[in-house]
Amino acid sequence: MPPYPRLKQKTHKKEKDLKNEVTGEKASMTDHAAIAPSEGRTLRAYVYDPKIRGIFFQLLTLVIVVGVGWSIFDNTVANLARSGTASGYQFLKGRAGFDIGASLIDYTSDSTYGRAILVGFLNTILVAFFGIITATTIGFIIGIGRLSKNWLIAKLCTVYVEVFRNIPVLLIIFFWYKGVLSSLPQVRDSVKLPLGMVLNNRGLAFPRPVWGDAAWVIPVALLIAVVAAFVVARWAKQRQMRTGKQFHTIWTVVGLIVGLPILAFLAAGAPLTFDFPIAGRFNLSGGSVIAPEFVALYLALSFYTASFIAETIRAGIRAVAKGQSEAAAALGLQPSTTTRLVVVPQAMRVIIPPLTSQYLNLTKNSSLGIAVGFPELVATGGTTMNQTGQAIEVVSIWLAVYLSISITTSLFMNWFNAKMALVER
Amino acid sequence: MDTKNVAYIRQEMIGPAPAPLSTRSASGWVRTNLLATPKDALLTILAVALLVWTLPGMINWLFIQAAWFGTDRSFCTTAVQGGIQPNGWSGACWAFVGDRFQQFMFGRYPIDERWRPILVAILFIALLVPILMPKMPRKGLNALLLFVGLPIVAFFLLHGNVFGLQKVETPLWGGLMVTLILSFVGIAVSLPVGILLALGRRSTMPVIRILCVTFIEVIRGVPLITVLFMANVMLPLFLPTGWTIDNFLRALVGVAIFASAYMAEVVRGGLQAIPKGQFEGADSLGLSYWQKIRLIIMPQALKLVIPGIVNTFIGLFKDTSLVSIIGMFDLLGIVQLNFTDTTWISPVTPITGLVFAGFIFWLFCFGMSRYSAFMERHLDTGLKR
Repeated sequence: MPPYPRLKQKTHKKEKDLKNEVTGEKASMTDHAAIAPSEGRTLRAYVYDPKIRGIFFQLLTLVIVVGVGWSIFDNTVANLARSGTASGYQFLKGRAGFDIGASLIDYTSDSTYGRAILVGFLNTILVAFFGIITATTIGFIIGIGRLSKNWLIAKLCTVYVEVFRNIPVLLIIFFWYKGVLSSLPQVRDSVKLPLGMVLNNRGLAFPRPVWGDAAWVIPVALLIAVVAAFVVARWAKQRQMRTGKQFHTIWTVVGLIVGLPILAFLAAGAPLTFDFPIAGRFNLSGGSVIAPEFVALYLALSFYTASFIAETIRAGIRAVAKGQSEAAAALGLQPSTTTRLVVVPQAMRVIIPPLTSQYLNLTKNSSLGIAVGFPELVATGGTTMNQTGQAIEVVSIWLAVYLSISITTSLFMNWFNAKMALVER
Repeated sequence: MDTKNVAYIRQEMIGPAPAPLSTRSASGWVRTNLLATPKDALLTILAVALLVWTLPGMINWLFIQAAWFGTDRSFCTTAVQGGIQPNGWSGACWAFVGDRFQQFMFGRYPIDERWRPILVAILFIALLVPILMPKMPRKGLNALLLFVGLPIVAFFLLHGNVFGLQKVETPLWGGLMVTLILSFVGIAVSLPVGILLALGRRSTMPVIRILCVTFIEVIRGVPLITVLFMANVMLPLFLPTGWTIDNFLRALVGVAIFASAYMAEVVRGGLQAIPKGQFEGADSLGLSYWQKIRLIIMPQALKLVIPGIVNTFIGLFKDTSLVSIIGMFDLLGIVQLNFTDTTWISPVTPITGLVFAGFIFWLFCFGMSRYSAFMERHLDTGLKR
C-alpha cells in the first residue's frame, strides 16, 4: 500500500509547519517587543502558505497566458504582413459583389459587405424565431404525449424522441433538402395549393398582401386592443382578489386582440389586395417565395430541437410531486384547472432553464444553414471571409453577434426565472 | 378460549380472487391502455391512421421496392431516366450503399493498407469492451492503455511512415473512421481538460477563475461551426511563419476545444452537488488539494454527472458531422461526396445514403444512451431520495 505512508508523511510535515506558525504567533502576542512573527517561519512555511502559493500560481498562469498571447499576436502580425492583408474593419464598406437568395432588407450585389453580414444576421434571427415557435409547439405535444396513459401515443412519442435525438442535425437538414425538397416538381409542373399557393422546386410561393392607404388603422387598433387587454386583465384580477368573483378574462382578451383589428379593417373599407404568384414555364412571377433552403433548415431545426424540448417538458412535469395534483383534486379543482394553476406553474420552474439552453442551441445550430446555402450569418460571413481574406475580423463579428445573443437571452431568462422562482422564507 | 368450532369463523382460507379483467386479457389491456376514455379512443384512432398512412409506404420503399443488388446507376433508375426499373418506380438504392460500403468506412484510405484501420478498430474494441463492463478488474491500467497507449499506436499505424509502413496522408482518411477518431480524441481530451476547467471555475484564485469562465462562456456561446472555422483559418495565422498545421489536426483542435467547454459545465454541475462537508472533511484529514480532488470529490462528482457526460459524448459524436462543412470527409461528408458520383447518380441515391448514414449515427448514439442508463442504475448507491 504505497499511498498511505506518503500521505502520512505529508500530514506530519503540515503539522510541523502548523506548530511553527502557532508558536510564532503566540510569541508575538505575548511578547510584543522581542520576536517578530516572521522569524518563526522557515522558507518551507512560506512554500506551504496557501495564500503565497495562490499568488505564485496566479502569477505563473498570467505570465504563461500573456506570453502565449503575445507570441500568437506577434506571429499573426507577421503572417498578415507577409500575406499583405490590411487589418481593420474598413472592408465592411467595400462592394460585396455576391448575390444573396433570401433577404429581408433591400440587397443587391452592389451593396456593401457590412450590409451582406446584416442580411445574414436578420436571416439567422428569422429562422431562429420561427424555429423556436415550431420546436416549442411540437416539443410540448410530444413531451406531454410521452406521459400519456394511452400506450400507442406514448410509444409513438418515444420513438420520435429517440430517433431525432440520436441523429446529427446536419443530417436532418440534408434529409429535408436533398431527400424531400429536391424531389419537388419543376416550375412548369408546379403543384397548385389552396389559397393561391404554388409549390415547386423554387420553394413555396404564396400571395403577397398589398396593403392600401388606410391600412395604418389596423396596427393602431391592435395597439389599442393590447393596452385595453392589459387594463381589463388588471381590473379583473383586482376584482377577484377583492370579491372572489371571476371574470372571463381570456375570452375578453382574445376578443379584444382579434376583434378590434378586424373591425378596424372592415371600417377602413378592407384596404387589402393580394399579389398572386404565377408559375410560368421557367420562372415564377409575383407573390412571395419561401426558399427550399429556408424550409429545410427551419424544419430540421424544429424537428431536432423539439425532441430535446420534449424531454425537458417531460422531466419538468414529472418533477411536480403527485401530492400536488392530489391536493388540488381534494380542494375540488377541476383537472384542467389543476393543470393550469398547480402543475404547470411548478413544472415551469424546472423547465425554463433547460428550455432556454435549447433555444440558444437552436439559434446556434441555425449556423448550419451554410451547408445548404441558406444565407445566414455564418454563410454570408464565410463568403465575405473568402473574398476579402479578413479572417480575424469576420470571426470577431461572429463571436460578437452570437455572444450578444447568448448573453441577452440568458439575462432575460435569468430575470424570468427569478420572477418564477419559488418564494421561500 | 376455544375458537375451533365457532360456526361463523371460516375454517379454510378463501382462494385468491382472479386478477381484474384489465390485467388479464388482451381486450382488457386494450380497454385500459388504448380506449380508456372517448378522448383516448380518438387519439388511438388518429395514431393508428398515422401508422397506416406512413408505415406501409416506408417499409415498401425501404425494403420491398428497394434495389438490393446492382453495379451502377441503371439498377436504381427508371426506364425514362435510363435504367432498368419500370417507370414510376421509387425505392431505396441499397446497391449503392453496398458498392460504396468500404468507402463509407475508410474514405479514400489506400485499399491495400486498409488492414491498418481494421487493426486499430480491433484494438479499440478489445480495450473498450472490458472498460465498459463494471465487473472487469484493472480499470486503471485499461484506461491508461485506451486513452494514452491506443492513440499513440493508432497514430503510427494509421499515419505510417515508420517501421516500413507506407505513409498515408490525412486527406485520404475518411468515412466512419474519421468520425470515430474525431469523437474519440474529443472525448479523451475533453474529459481531463473539462475537469481542470471546472475546477478552475470554482477556484478561489481570481485570475484562474476569470480565465476559465471566459474560455468556457465564449466557446459555449458560439456555434461549433464558427469554432471549426476559427481553427481552420486562424490557427495557421497564429503559428510562426513557415509552420504548417495539418487540416485534420485543425479540426481535432476545434472539436477538442469545443467539447472541453461543454464538459467543464457538466463537471461543474457535479462539483456543485457535492456537499460542503465533503470538502471540509477532506481538509480536516489533512489531504492536499489534489488528494482531496482525486480521492474524495471527483469520484462522487463524476458519478453524479455520468448521464451528463454521456450526453456530451453523444452530442460530440453527432457534432463531428460538421467537419464536412470545412471540407473533410467524415461519414456524412463521404456519403454526400458520392451523391455527385456519375456511377451512381439517381433520384433515390441521396436519400438512401442519408438514411444509411443516419442509421449508423443512430446506432452509436442510441447505444451510448442505453449504456448510460445502465451505468446510472449500476452506480446508484441508493442514497438518492
